Amino acid sequence: MRIEELRKISDMEWEIPVGTRADMRVPVRLFASRELLEQIIGDKSIEQAINAATLPGLVGAVIVMPDMHQGYGFPIGGIAATAYPGGVVSPGAIGYDINCGVRLLASFVNFDEARSELGTLATLLDQYCPSGVGTKGAIRVSVGELDTVLKDGAHWAQRRGFATEADVRRTEEGGRLDDADPEAVSERAKERGREQIGSLGAGNHFIEVEVVDDIFDEGAAAAMGLRPDCLTVQIHCGSRGLGHQVCTDYVQQFQGAVKKYGIELPDRELVCAPMNSPEARAYLGAMRAAANFAFANRQLLAHSARRAFEEVYRGKSGAHLHQVYDITHNMGKIETHEIEGKAMKVCVHRKGATRAFGPGAPGLPPEYREIGQPVIIPGSMGTASWVLVGTAASMERSFGSSCHGAGRVMSRSRAKKEVRGEELRRQLEGQGIHVRAGSLPGLAEEAPLAYKDVDAVVEIVSKAGIAKKVARLRPVAVIKG
Amino acid sequence: MTERSGFEELQHTADWAVRVWADEIPELFVESARAMYSLSGAKRATGQRQIKMANGWGPDLESLLVAFLSELIFYAETESLSFPTIVFRLKPEGGGHRYEARLEGWPAVWMNKPIKAVTYHNLRLSRTERGHEVEIVFDV
Repeated sequence: MRIEELRKISDMEWEIPVGTRADMRVPVRLFASRELLEQIIGDKSIEQAINAATLPGLVGAVIVMPDMHQGYGFPIGGIAATAYPGGVVSPGAIGYDINCGVRLLASFVNFDEARSELGTLATLLDQYCPSGVGTKGAIRVSVGELDTVLKDGAHWAQRRGFATEADVRRTEEGGRLDDADPEAVSERAKERGREQIGSLGAGNHFIEVEVVDDIFDEGAAAAMGLRPDCLTVQIHCGSRGLGHQVCTDYVQQFQGAVKKYGIELPDRELVCAPMNSPEARAYLGAMRAAANFAFANRQLLAHSARRAFEEVYRGKSGAHLHQVYDITHNMGKIETHEIEGKAMKVCVHRKGATRAFGPGAPGLPPEYREIGQPVIIPGSMGTASWVLVGTAASMERSFGSSCHGAGRVMSRSRAKKEVRGEELRRQLEGQGIHVRAGSLPGLAEEAPLAYKDVDAVVEIVSKAGIAKKVARLRPVAVIKG
Repeated sequence: MTERSGFEELQHTADWAVRVWADEIPELFVESARAMYSLSGAKRATGQRQIKMANGWGPDLESLLVAFLSELIFYAETESLSFPTIVFRLKPEGGGHRYEARLEGWPAVWMNKPIKAVTYHNLRLSRTERGHEVEIVFDV
């Protein structure tokens, strides 16, 4: 597809109308600048968005964020809402790493007073937060207790003394999705996940120490406890092997469901089932359980990060890491949105897209009700991250959603050819960023040159009005699996 | 890789993709496992030789391939095992296919990013000049 074939709505919004391909049920709306479209037009993300627009029971439009890139089945940065209960749920449109998300913790420790101990902090974070694939986590849970984790998420962590009431309150959905069904999670998934709780994993997951570099909305920053030049800690992680196995199990099972229900799709990775079918009910119960596992996992990592931070900066005032917010960017949730002037219950599939509820939206903690939901946007390694808030426009135009990161533009193998891990580590350390990495080739795969410019991505959602800038964060230490 | 089978990496923006080919379908499955281990940089670590038996059923060859490779991912993640030697048998059963595999290998370390899942994206076994061919996209 060429850019000229897209219908321009504004400088930051484009449409692929229904009928562009005969099997589309709804249009595709893209939030992007022309320059950014030129970057991604060569990969398969637009074709994948059109494929997503063929799912039965869709309402509104398939939305694609400016950090979009090619995934498998559904594009990364995509949002699709299906009628509830009349539509379908598609595990592939939520993704393998169910409830992959980001948590931001903030301190009142000033960077200048803390910089000489940053290397020690990076080492302790690396020690206390186990990383790498298959890695065992910080604590052990029994088979029975794992079911409680799957049911209760961050609330389990609070009962075990790993979370405060404020942590839970400042987590999307209060850190627990109701109607989770541990019995719908296979033994194999539980076996993959049981020993991994409290671990970071590998891939693009990381812990980063950052400095609040610039503030754009003083009121919102104050409500979140973000102060200029103070240190923050960001954690990017998901549901580990457990979530991957849940998605694997149900994508496999749904191959039969599409035949049973007579659903034809352009890509087998998009398989789905009617929302009120036994297959969909089982998947939703398992998906929510995996999401709760991820909430608990990030909570344990936050607990370990606090331990490291407070050990290094003990005695300094403001050394407690308070939680700003915890958001998810791979999830399917039942929400109410206004569609063509009518309030309607829908299942919002977000894959590589962040919920971005505006001021007054239900479910926000009291301290954020007036400013809107915090939206945390990690950049690529060595570049800025952003804190935004959702807006009224995001509720109207993107099912209360925003982007989730910078978005890749280069394959992992090409990134490794372009830069060596050791060289990249030297470059980052030359910029004053402490690096602790389990694998140097893995580090090279995540090189900043493999990603879009996160500032440009944030500029688009900001200019489009679907999120508002609050603060920009500059990295000073990164820990990668 | 034998003369009659092989694989090549394909460019994918976010994840890993390979094209695998082989003369016969059982060899295509074994070569797909080799491709997966090669991408994730499996290297033998210290530890005892391990033998596992695996089997599974699928309504078509594509879903059987996903099931087989997912089995290997499970052992990689839970026991850190890779299996360089695989004896693979395939037979028709109940309108689909059943595989039985003898997996022989060792504990491994992973030099690259280990693979976490096998997807159905563009997954289609086809006949080509090179025999049987398939493209597989892995989640990493």
